[in-house]
Amino acid sequence: MARNFRRHRALLTSIVQPTSTYLAVVPAYNESATIGEVVGTLESQAPQFDVLVVDDGSTDGTGAIADRAGAAVLRLPFNLGIGGAVQAGFIYALENGYQRMVQVDADGQHMAEEMSTLTETMDDAPEIDMVCGSRFLTDNGYPAPISRRTGIHIFAFLLSRIVGQRVTDPTSGFRLYNRRGIALFAHDYPHDYPEVEAVLMVHHHSLRMTEVPVRMLERGGGISSISSGKSAYYMVKVLLAIFVGLARRRPVPEPGDDSPVSASHGI
Amino acid sequence: MIDTRLRIVAIAAIAMLLLVVLDLVRRRRLQERYALLWLGSALALLALAAWGGLLGRVSEGVGVATPSNALFLAAFGFVLVLLLHFSIAVSRLTDQSKVLAQRLAMLEERQHRLEQTQDEGVTDEPADEVSVRGAGRG
Repeated sequence: MARNFRRHRALLTSIVQPTSTYLAVVPAYNESATIGEVVGTLESQAPQFDVLVVDDGSTDGTGAIADRAGAAVLRLPFNLGIGGAVQAGFIYALENGYQRMVQVDADGQHMAEEMSTLTETMDDAPEIDMVCGSRFLTDNGYPAPISRRTGIHIFAFLLSRIVGQRVTDPTSGFRLYNRRGIALFAHDYPHDYPEVEAVLMVHHHSLRMTEVPVRMLERGGGISSISSGKSAYYMVKVLLAIFVGLARRRPVPEPGDDSPVSASHGI
Repeated sequence: MIDTRLRIVAIAAIAMLLLVVLDLVRRRRLQERYALLWLGSALALLALAAWGGLLGRVSEGVGVATPSNALFLAAFGFVLVLLLHFSIAVSRLTDQSKVLAQRLAMLEERQHRLEQTQDEGVTDEPADEVSVRGAGRG
């Protein structure tokens, strides 16, 4: 090993540079049924994107399938939930120098060919920090049950009032971020059901967002992370986050501020 | 005034609690940071139980007719504060373990990439050798 040290050094410095400036992050929890196909589709239809699968403590070999399919894989040692998994993707994007990051669901709901819609929007308006794919900007007959639609529209109504900008699909996870968005969410991302709060954070940190209409498919397999039993908790939790979040101190932590996560202070 | 028997029972129970907490700290099973709230609560309750005049004045002050109820009320209040304290501690631990899990995943991925590059560099093995090892880890 030592004999090849110099050679390794050259190799090491080469792999620190990402092969692309675009990263597609696929958070996956027990998605072995669809993950291979999702990674394959991304690689064939969105070849400018590197693919990172965040295996959120799966027990069905999701990470191994993603690895064989050619994606980079972050294996979380236990299930963190969607917020922690996606944040791991932001951290990866930040530390590996990616300029753009898109979040894609592992269930095959987000269509790879729609990713160009997101990137083109950001190319046309470089001041935009987050481009959200919306199912409701045009009537495209997205097959959501009426109860879920109602919940989404309540959030959309509230958020539009708060951020002073029309938001139609605040629960969509199909989003493209630039470097500023990546940096913000690598440092702070909500725990569970993060999408709605992320819109608020973008607003509070004076970043800019826009929505573009996209088509989404019905889920390819697996079980949605939002079962009917959890949807009441979802509504209440997010509403609490929205209203408490309004009273939060807004700007980004400055250098020298208290660490956001600390083991030192008591109550 | 509370009944003398109740007073003795209350003082004995609180003294026991104090001893248990102090012993836990002595055996390093409980950090001082968490012990302080317990000790503070226990000492306040001890004062209320042992000093009848204080309890009487407090219950009169807050409008509780029976002084013993004021003692229970105070104990309940301290329990609530302690529970809130632990909810805060649990939230903080959740945050910490999340950060650790993410950092660990980052390190493992980096390690995996380095090994992959190393293998390719040294022996020019085909790439699927590496993915088999990745599968074994998953």
